[in-house]
Amino acid sequence: MTEPQIQPGAPAIEVRALHKSFGENEVLKGIDFQVDNADVVCVIGPSGSGKSTLLRCVNRLEDPTSGDIFVEGIKITDPDIDVNKVRSRIGMVFQQFNLFPHLTALRNLTIAQQRVKKRGTEEAVAVARRNLEKVGLADREDAFPAHLSGGQQQRVAIARALSMDPDMMLFDEVTSALDPELVGDVLGVMKQLATEGMTMMVVTHEMGFAREVGNKLVFMDDGVIVEEGVPADVLSNPQHRRTQAFLSKVL
Amino acid sequence: MAMSPRKRAQLVRGVQYGVLLLAFVVASFVADWEAIGKAFFDVGILLRMLPDVVTVALKNTLLYTACAFAFGLVLGLLLALMRLSSVGAYRWIATGIIELFRGLPALVVFIAFGYGLPIAFGLQMPGGTLGTVTVALGLVGAAYMAETIRAGIQAVPKGQMEAARSLAMSNSWAMISIIIPQAFRIILPPLTNELILLTKDSSLVYLLGLSAGAAELTKFGRDALNVERSMTPLVGIAICYLLITVPLSIVVRRMEARSERAR
Ligand SMILES: Nc1ncnc2c1ncn2[C@@H]1O[C@H](COP(=O)(O)OP(=O)(O)O)[C@@H](O)[C@H]1O
Ligand SMILES: [Mg+2]
Repeated sequence: MTEPQIQPGAPAIEVRALHKSFGENEVLKGIDFQVDNADVVCVIGPSGSGKSTLLRCVNRLEDPTSGDIFVEGIKITDPDIDVNKVRSRIGMVFQQFNLFPHLTALRNLTIAQQRVKKRGTEEAVAVARRNLEKVGLADREDAFPAHLSGGQQQRVAIARALSMDPDMMLFDEVTSALDPELVGDVLGVMKQLATEGMTMMVVTHEMGFAREVGNKLVFMDDGVIVEEGVPADVLSNPQHRRTQAFLSKVL
Repeated sequence: MAMSPRKRAQLVRGVQYGVLLLAFVVASFVADWEAIGKAFFDVGILLRMLPDVVTVALKNTLLYTACAFAFGLVLGLLLALMRLSSVGAYRWIATGIIELFRGLPALVVFIAFGYGLPIAFGLQMPGGTLGTVTVALGLVGAAYMAETIRAGIQAVPKGQMEAARSLAMSNSWAMISIIIPQAFRIILPPLTNELILLTKDSSLVYLLGLSAGAAELTKFGRDALNVERSMTPLVGIAICYLLITVPLSIVVRRMEARSERAR
């Protein structure tokens, strides 16, 4: 196991010539892009275009077939890298929340702090309470996930990721499984995170969020990045035909 | 003759009750109740079985079952994890052990550990009778429970492991603190069923020629039968078995009903 140092000044995430195949099926066909510190990069594109796969490659939930990914200057595609070291600096939030259903909200937030960060109970609980408060759920720390609404569960999931003190956060369609009236609370928490300067990579269908909060928009289709730029520009004046076709369907 | 469906259903039910009633009436005339009572429910014999049937036999049945179940559960979990291993050799070894002990009659396993090993290798199981039951019955239980546990682990949604890994937990920690606890919740009903089966199979230890102090319910009942020349001892131990197994199966049915409702 090598333990390389974070490069100061390096971009948060840098992806070079990334390819990923599942068997014969090539899902990512050469992706190059970069997320700078404190950037909020939104990724849009049709279902099946490879957005989730790209996100999952960044914290090595998927192993790329070829190409390189650097996180804070460290080449995480190096086979000798300790993936858990990498992952502890990257928070991830999923479409299906994936809270641990057998644990209370508070315990969901403390378990990895204690097991991975080796924090004592007192410190872990303090960090957890701070983050539950941040997502507006300080009063629900004893609730089990099944007793929380979808929006509350997703906010607990965000708080859980934040409790590991990540340098950046990955969001994979985190509002897609929610009832419409619950989407706002979750987006509100994400917006607050963005204003605090968190580096974020957000796969989303919420064009309003992308326009308002994002400072870069990436449009993916069929395993490639078709177009990227300032969100307002891309959304109101798409250059590429595929982008135009996609946006005309969703806007 | 035309008959409405409702009338028809009533008639069918009436006939069913009638048959049942008839059977009772015939039985009560034909049967010699005094002889039956004496053979099956001789109070004197039942009283003579006390307290040993509880303090020795029932206690030993519970002890053998509990030890075998605990050993089987641990070994079953190990086998399940081996079955899910990415290392082929582990998978094959586990599959071999599981198929072997699921495929053999439990009786053969008991004979192998009780007589086979001692005769072939001069090797006594450590822990005497208790050790032999624990290992022999535990292996049989483990073979069944391994497949149940494996199914339970696989029934935990994939996102759980991904969430744990994305929080930088190691694979083993994620298994121990996230996946396995959820798997056991899912498989609590089939595991309890396995406990019922093991309770009954613990009677096979009777083959090993137990000393009086080591006798469990079946051996105890068999010995009492020889002495008393009556069915009553078997009724006595049957009651003891049912005292263990019926509450367990009620618990299983409750759990199943609850998870049915949760769906
Ligand atoms: N684990 C996997 N095994 C096989 N194929 C997969 C797997 N994950 C994703 N895919 C395939 O990769 C393609 C892109 O999926 P995904 O990255 O989830 O797209 P998106 O998130 O943009 O909808 C799809 O065709 C999907 O079927
Ligand atoms: Mg997706």
